[in-house]
Amino acid sequence: MLTKEKQAPALPKEAKTISGAEALILALLEEKVDTIFGYPGGAIMPVYDALYDYTDKLNHVLVRHEQGGIHAGQGYARSSGKVGVVFATSGPGATNLVTGLADAQIDSTPLVCITGQVFAHLLGTDAFQETDILNITTPITKWNYQITDASEIPDVLAKAFYIARSGRPGPVLIDITKNAQQQKFEFTGYQPCRHIRSYKPKPSVRQEYIVQAAELINGAKKPFILWGQGVILGSAEREFKAFVEKSGIPAAWTIMGAGALATDHPQNVGMLGMHGNYGPNVLTNECDVLIAIGMRFDDRVTGRLDKYARQAKVVHLDIDPTEIGKNVPATVPVWGDCKETLPLLTALIEAKEHSEWLGQFRKYNKEEVEVVIQEELFPTSEEMTMGEVIQQLNDLTAGNAIVVTDVGQHQMVACRYAKLNHTRSNITSGGLGTMGFALPAAIGAKFGTPDRTVVAVIGDGGFQMNLQEMGTIMQTGVDVKILILNNQFLGMVRQWQELFLERRYSFVDITSPDFVKVASGYGISGRSVSKREELQEALQQMLSHQGSFLLEVMVTKENNVFPMVPQGCSVSEIRLK
Amino acid sequence: MSIENHTDKQEFNITVYTENHIGLLTRIAIIFSRRKINVECLNTSPSEIEGIHRFNIVITETAEVVRKIAGQIEKQVGVLKAYYNTNQDVIWQEMALYKVPTDVIAERAIVERLLRENGARAVVIRKDYTVFETTGQREETDNLIKVLEPYGLIEFVRSARIAIIKDSEGFHRKLQEFEESEPHDEVVENEFLSSREKVFTM
Ligand SMILES: Cc1ncc(C[n+]2csc(CCOP(=O)(O)OP(=O)(O)O)c2C)c(N)n1
Repeated sequence: MLTKEKQAPALPKEAKTISGAEALILALLEEKVDTIFGYPGGAIMPVYDALYDYTDKLNHVLVRHEQGGIHAGQGYARSSGKVGVVFATSGPGATNLVTGLADAQIDSTPLVCITGQVFAHLLGTDAFQETDILNITTPITKWNYQITDASEIPDVLAKAFYIARSGRPGPVLIDITKNAQQQKFEFTGYQPCRHIRSYKPKPSVRQEYIVQAAELINGAKKPFILWGQGVILGSAEREFKAFVEKSGIPAAWTIMGAGALATDHPQNVGMLGMHGNYGPNVLTNECDVLIAIGMRFDDRVTGRLDKYARQAKVVHLDIDPTEIGKNVPATVPVWGDCKETLPLLTALIEAKEHSEWLGQFRKYNKEEVEVVIQEELFPTSEEMTMGEVIQQLNDLTAGNAIVVTDVGQHQMVACRYAKLNHTRSNITSGGLGTMGFALPAAIGAKFGTPDRTVVAVIGDGGFQMNLQEMGTIMQTGVDVKILILNNQFLGMVRQWQELFLERRYSFVDITSPDFVKVASGYGISGRSVSKREELQEALQQMLSHQGSFLLEVMVTKENNVFPMVPQGCSVSEIRLK
Repeated sequence: MSIENHTDKQEFNITVYTENHIGLLTRIAIIFSRRKINVECLNTSPSEIEGIHRFNIVITETAEVVRKIAGQIEKQVGVLKAYYNTNQDVIWQEMALYKVPTDVIAERAIVERLLRENGARAVVIRKDYTVFETTGQREETDNLIKVLEPYGLIEFVRSARIAIIKDSEGFHRKLQEFEESEPHDEVVENEFLSSREKVFTM
């Protein structure tokens, strides 16, 4: 478990005089960091200088933009479960981290970001590349801190890693003034942090809630499990599966929870929310007990809140007490790490099969297949759909790849249809919806799990937001498969304009460069296909290619993602067309 | 706790015990501003324990909103505990200073009567002005404004509110629990369980 790993061996006790920058590098080594995503600059030069002597132990990936660096850190953390580490210089380097920090904060991704800062005596003087990054990032970090004296570095770094990875994980930013990086001090060793008196990573488990929850579940006629990323963050996939299987209860996932239970598990009834599946949305308003596990009832999941599951009693399991009762009132709040609470609950529930109730999900699914899915995955139209590309990809990867998605229609399609056999296989910007996320996140994901195939599914719009990271691919030789689903539009915005704004297509018509040529400029092989006959073979070529490959698939321009819960509507008002 | 109606807005006193760290004030303040909640007053001070800071924050909100806010505050690294109480559950005071031209009130009899009637005292008496001080609840400090206005009130200032929770045993015992590295049962309270306790917390 995250907080209980073995005590790392502390460095020899005898003091030695080293610089703050070197102490930082030693701290990273003590924390078992193997990869750093970063970009140098004036205020962080002492750190880079210290790093120069440690390149045999630490792999520093030079990105092309700090935003790319932090998204790579996120991808690394999400695929591996480890803390992502990012370096940036002061001023613009630091402000370029802002989007990634906000993304990591809302999606609970453990990161430690190190920024350089101007000399302490210059703070507040509008010095060159001085920016108040601490105050800028306060609302979007789990914790942040400015170091102005080298002697603080070991303890603060220990605290940073502990806070980033424990409890509900999140991003931490440590700003280090240049003088502190340069300053020599007596280094007496690194002590990992295990406890902070003013920080509770998780609440202790209360048996009375477990008992109450089990009673509710045992008495339920139509119980329904909703799970989110908490299951993955808590490494509780096995405990979750045991609970699901003993209970016999249908289970649906939020976009952040995808993959924690395999796609083809018989009790996995699909995706929740705005573009989720038909049955899970409609039946949310028919179940009698809702069991929410490690999810936070985001508005994209609940739709209109005052018409959401009003009939149901709610059992909510979460490690973060403030999530319980935040949006949906809980009948039984099960505080705690679900890795601990789920087995306790499983022990108290009766083994059941809810076949009739599961049958209702199947019935809705049948209708969804007829009206939406069949045509999306096996289109009769001439032009290709996004769904069929994902379907073909599933066939070729057999569901064993990591699918990283950007934001927009392709994201919804990929998340709906991607077959995922394993946990930590769906990496997407869920809470923030950050276009430009996928390419750098895929790079990071590959560094985090080098043995797995990583496919980045990206729109023609989003790809143009961080395509400079192809430079990172070129330089490191990292192997990511880039799959651009090109509909020649900012598709998701166009869909809303079509459905809700009388097709007034205001600035969604986006032109693109020749992506294959651009990739080729970076030494990345590529191909573009617009005919169905070529699709499978092209996907196969992409997957079996040694090294990175860019495949552009031209898809229908004006396809819409359905089903859809229109904004402001209840989940039971979900539209199939 | 005297919260009858969870949907009615009323004044709440939020008491926060924290580490004495730079940046915590911002972290706490933005929890309110992000939700467009106006902080009526905010006071930071030492507490009964050396090294532990105490925030006193007053907002007018529903119990439901205050509960969530207190939870968000308590979640911040560096915060030990956040309590919230209605005015009935605390003993609270504010202090005010009033600057008045001395020549207008030079006649000793008036000054003395004012001081007596309003529980005020003169902090400074100079040739050009006199500064009065009074401590009390809002009506009391407001009252003296009215009284002094005819004498040409030059300057007025009121401090943030400070409050003591009636049923609190203080923080000494709690702190010991926080300092134990193993999770302690009592550290983790919540609205469902602590309704049987007198001191209400999230
Ligand atoms: C950084 C950022 N800017 C704007 C948006 C708003 N937005 C959401 S989806 C979308 C369209 C994405 O277009 P594209 O990348 O081509 O993907 P598609 O929807 O066509 O699959 C836009 C502009 C966003 N999510 N992120």
